[in-house]
Amino acid sequence: MGVEICVEGLTKSFGHQVIWQDVSLTLPAGEVSVMLGPSGTGKSVFLKTLVGLLKPDRGSVTVAGRDITKLREHDLYEVRKLFGVLFQDGALFGSMNLYDNIAFPLREHTRKSESEIRRIVLEKMDMVGLLGAEAKLPGEISGGMRKRAGLARALVLDPEIILFDEPDSGLDPVRVAYLNQLIVDLNAQIDATFLIVTHDIASARQVPDNIGLLFRRELVMFGPREQLLTSDEPVVRQFLNGRMQGPIGMAEEKDAAQVEQELAQIREPTRTPGSRPLTPRLLPGPGITRPPRWEAIATREAELQRKEVTGA
Amino acid sequence: MSLSPTGALRHSGNLFAMALDVVRTLPRRPFQVREFIQQAWFVASVTILPTALVSIPFGAVIALQIGSLTRQLGAQSFSGAASVLAVLREASPIVTALLIAGAGGTAICADLGARKIRDEIDAMQVLGIDPIHRLVVPRVLASMVVAVLLNGLVSVVGVAGGYFFNVILQNGTPGAYLASFTTLAQLDDLWAAELKALVFGAIAAIVASYKGLTAQGGPKGVGDAVNQSVVITFMLLFVTNFVMTAVYFQVVPQRG
Repeated sequence: MGVEICVEGLTKSFGHQVIWQDVSLTLPAGEVSVMLGPSGTGKSVFLKTLVGLLKPDRGSVTVAGRDITKLREHDLYEVRKLFGVLFQDGALFGSMNLYDNIAFPLREHTRKSESEIRRIVLEKMDMVGLLGAEAKLPGEISGGMRKRAGLARALVLDPEIILFDEPDSGLDPVRVAYLNQLIVDLNAQIDATFLIVTHDIASARQVPDNIGLLFRRELVMFGPREQLLTSDEPVVRQFLNGRMQGPIGMAEEKDAAQVEQELAQIREPTRTPGSRPLTPRLLPGPGITRPPRWEAIATREAELQRKEVTGA
Repeated sequence: MSLSPTGALRHSGNLFAMALDVVRTLPRRPFQVREFIQQAWFVASVTILPTALVSIPFGAVIALQIGSLTRQLGAQSFSGAASVLAVLREASPIVTALLIAGAGGTAICADLGARKIRDEIDAMQVLGIDPIHRLVVPRVLASMVVAVLLNGLVSVVGVAGGYFFNVILQNGTPGAYLASFTTLAQLDDLWAAELKALVFGAIAAIVASYKGLTAQGGPKGVGDAVNQSVVITFMLLFVTNFVMTAVYFQVVPQRG
């Protein structure tokens, strides 16, 4: 079972520039959460703060009962073994081939025999569809492959928490779909806590249990997927619909009068929350045995689908 | 890098903190033997040839200066003694410092900086591995070992170059040159020079690693980091050289 991450009153600034302030949220154990936000709102900074790579100005991040922000360097390295992180470009070690990259954490942290390491590495490589590319160097493969290799490396130590930094940036829509399916399958298989940082709305609608939105230096909203998808908060609606009209402008924010005017223009027919069509959730693939949590989600999804068909 | 005084202080403090971290991490097991050997080989391979090529003209210049000076003073019999002294005491540590910072340090800084901006260092930390222990300590040790060996190389090549220019080009007498070899220089000079080289190697590698690991802002950031690391290392090395020389003269009694 995954581990809960509890973030309280987190504030981070570089010099005089506040990145975000007073962010409080709880990532429930074993669930998939997505952190959304326009470019440049410090999503990656948030992720790096969660693993203790950056120190926040204020606030706490509690993982497995320990406050990451107050740990000493040595203890921090221990707690980090709970984490698997997929960096934006995979962050593979350029001097090693894919096999050695993925085997690296095992060789550093475990006393497993080389044959056992080989078994685990090949299993993870198979999981992300990279069998046969063991001897390639990171410089020789495409961005998508680097991401998948980075994911395999993040998985080898069986982490309790997996953080994804923009898994879908720079990938074509088909690969994004595969990656999303992979994320959902993984969650059903290993039951870890997932946090995905992205600005891809399609993924955010399909994949997570919870969604959070960072904007204007603060956490606008964090909650269950349905709550955000049906929310009437202007920022949330603008972002989730990918519209130009709303508080988010090209240069971060717009003035209030303009926002009012734009919102008035797109006055949509008001609907009751229940009848608004929700994007169906992505479910684990057919070959995956679903744990009870996913069974419940699947049943609920099927019910929603049926209601929609009969209701329409 | 900001130009504010507090910024400069903070950087010095961080650099010093990292030096302490390196010392503290030094005894931690397992020692990264593989990385150490690779790095020692790497630093040696980028420095040996330029060092040899720089030390020949360096020895030659000293020989030329001293050759004409001793002739003016009528002390030709001391030309060998003086040029050995100059090469051994000052030329070899300075040449070593220049090359270990200019060739070895830049290579280390560029390598670590490129890894930093590709998130490799962050990835390593997240995988629970301390980059100081894993990357910096082997590099510092490798650079120290190579600096000591380079210093020996510079001494030999410099003295040989001095001999060649003095005897062949300035028509000095080989016998006088060789006979006066040890009238001024003593074995302690060599030890002092090796000790200097050891310290220079450590400083160059620590500054290069610090600058590399704090590189930011994409490929341009790596270039800036390399540039700054060379400048800072040079300044530190020349100051250190002065201090160590001053202490040496106080501690070790001189001949004559």
